[in-house]
Amino acid sequence: MRVKLWGTRGSLPTPGPDTSRFGGNTSCVEVRADDDSILVLDAGTGIRNLGRTIPGTCPRVDVLISHLHMDHIQGMGFFAPFYVPGLEVHIWGPASPAETLRARLGRYMSPPLFPVRLRDLPCNLTVHEVPGDEVLRIGPFEVRAELVCHPGPTVGYRITEGARSLAYLPDHEPGLGVRGPLLGNGWTSGQSLADRVDLLIHDAQYTQHQYDQREGWGHSTFDRAIEFAELSRAERLVLFHHDPDHDDATLASLVSSLVKNRRPDVAITAGFEGEVFDL
Amino acid sequence: MQRAVEIILMRQLASYLAMPIFLVDPSGNLLFYNEPAEALLGCRFDETGELPAAHWASLFKATDSAGVPLPADELPLVTALRTKHPAHRDFWIVGLDGQRRHLKLTAFPLVGQAARFLGAVALFWEGDSR
Repeated sequence: MRVKLWGTRGSLPTPGPDTSRFGGNTSCVEVRADDDSILVLDAGTGIRNLGRTIPGTCPRVDVLISHLHMDHIQGMGFFAPFYVPGLEVHIWGPASPAETLRARLGRYMSPPLFPVRLRDLPCNLTVHEVPGDEVLRIGPFEVRAELVCHPGPTVGYRITEGARSLAYLPDHEPGLGVRGPLLGNGWTSGQSLADRVDLLIHDAQYTQHQYDQREGWGHSTFDRAIEFAELSRAERLVLFHHDPDHDDATLASLVSSLVKNRRPDVAITAGFEGEVFDL
Repeated sequence: MQRAVEIILMRQLASYLAMPIFLVDPSGNLLFYNEPAEALLGCRFDETGELPAAHWASLFKATDSAGVPLPADELPLVTALRTKHPAHRDFWIVGLDGQRRHLKLTAFPLVGQAARFLGAVALFWEGDSR
């Protein structure tokens, strides 16, 4: 399994020279199987560049959406495979008690916010609401989705191909309301998704100072992300969903001092656009 | 076993509130009780962890105003689990300090995303001690 980061920024695209190292595009990750099957995790602005690498002859693309905040769907209308007649495209995402996933996506993919409606896309599009309790089989991938702690219906994903596994929790606040260490025994959101994964891509948007003013907004501190990775016994942690206010120098400095001071039990990297992980 | 996120958030909320709260799964097993509820059960959650339904029910002997034991079926938490509707009633217990206490209990079912039935919550208020 090959994992490539196409968008690592949280909340808002942040282009410019100060963010060129870690990237300014919002959440999008490509997961490619050994047989070239493709999963796309989230449709932030990073999906545009990814879409340009997928040939029109590709038989099928699956886009797994974690939730419908703008930074996770904003690139959807610019995803080239949507405009390939007959190409089989599947969108997966969380159900809501109020409206179907298709209707909620259609709120963005329709005028006045966007000129092209979902139903007018020339690809062969199917929208699925992810089931809570069953494992999906998509080509060679085994995919598990679970609701995680974040405002509104939001899922994290665990993707397995053979013996290799990836957990993707781009927006996640496992420490909400927790005084002291994260709880074990199944009492921490997302823990089973990340249990012993080879690669954990996890929200690390805030410093502690930022978090103190934004508790409940659905994001983790750097420390909580590491603590979550350690609790889940993940092999490697990719810090993700970088705050728009953290330019390259700030982010590099924060991560460097974190590693120096904490000496974590897990390998850590701050995800950057274009970074590739071979699992 | 991974808890549903709705159950996790309910526990966190309960741990912040000053009223006694029980959180049970669909089978009535007591998944969590907060600090104010520890006084009702006479034990601490840190020490007991989760309690099977039969066990915690035996710690909690409810009576009506005349001191007649109430069948479990008449307790709001059991009603909420059985009917999946909220329930409320007054009852009395004898506390660990030997004092008879009048309690009001409201229980409501927890229904999560995709209409998953996750259990129920009981909230207690102290009534007049008569």
